[in-house]
Amino acid sequence: MNAFFKPEDDLAQIRNIMERSTKFLSLSALSAILAGVYALVGAFLAYRIIYGSDVVLYFELKSQFITPETMPLILIAAVVFVLAVSTGLLLSYRKARAAGQALWNAPAQRLFFNFIIPFGAGSLFVVILYFRGYYSLLAASTLLFYGLALLNAGNFTFSDIRKLGMAEIALGILATIFPGKGLLFWALGFGAMHIIYGGIMYLKYERR
Amino acid sequence: MKNAFQELNKAFESRIRLGIMSALMVNDFVDFNALKELLELTDGNLASHMRALEQLAYVRVEKSFLGRKPNTRYVVTPEGRLAFEQHIAALEQIIKNI
Repeated sequence: MNAFFKPEDDLAQIRNIMERSTKFLSLSALSAILAGVYALVGAFLAYRIIYGSDVVLYFELKSQFITPETMPLILIAAVVFVLAVSTGLLLSYRKARAAGQALWNAPAQRLFFNFIIPFGAGSLFVVILYFRGYYSLLAASTLLFYGLALLNAGNFTFSDIRKLGMAEIALGILATIFPGKGLLFWALGFGAMHIIYGGIMYLKYERR
Repeated sequence: MKNAFQELNKAFESRIRLGIMSALMVNDFVDFNALKELLELTDGNLASHMRALEQLAYVRVEKSFLGRKPNTRYVVTPEGRLAFEQHIAALEQIIKNI
């Protein structure tokens, strides 16, 4: 036993390795902020289409699921989603590479499967709701399932993700109570919340 | 009171072995390359420490094939788990007594 033996350093090392081997810590906080920005821009464009439109979209939808009026809305949602996911992947890949780690390592796989199962179930549920005409439940159910997926996935990355999940769940419940305000809750949940939590995580883990 | 220093396990004096055991304690298994990346080690360095832990029966090796690529993964044995828990308890005891 040498004179410089520091048991607290050994324990810190143990804790560090245990955390790094189970949790995906390359998740980029900056990409969450950007995802929030895309969502707010998307919500703003959607707002202009919905409230600037001559037709009442809800009535239009009764006869046909995809109309010339609803097509741009679906397109906006798809573009926001693809942009957010690809930004997340790209920035997390860069963060992983900077730390000398692989992006698709065991913790990343665990994070992915724990997110994708509730998220995938929710996506199917929401699509079915749409085709059955339950439009007033769309915002609430997307937020609720997204929140549950984050709550689950948060066990395998920064624990702040669990808090973000709980915030999304709370917004989902509120959106159920106020069914006419779907776009507002989407903007809050996918826009504002991502910017707030991304900002908190950026300040905590990424700022140098 | 017993001297907690005597409870420390010589096998875990090395930071590398401490790291290997920490990763194995919280995962069902960890494969060779993942450990190498996690602990930033070379093949030879990791292999020699793994051999030492294997000889103490603290870890078990599982060799398999993923398609055509050989895959080596490690699992902590019940003896290894117990030994590591006792080592951590001794470390905590030492800190408390300082």
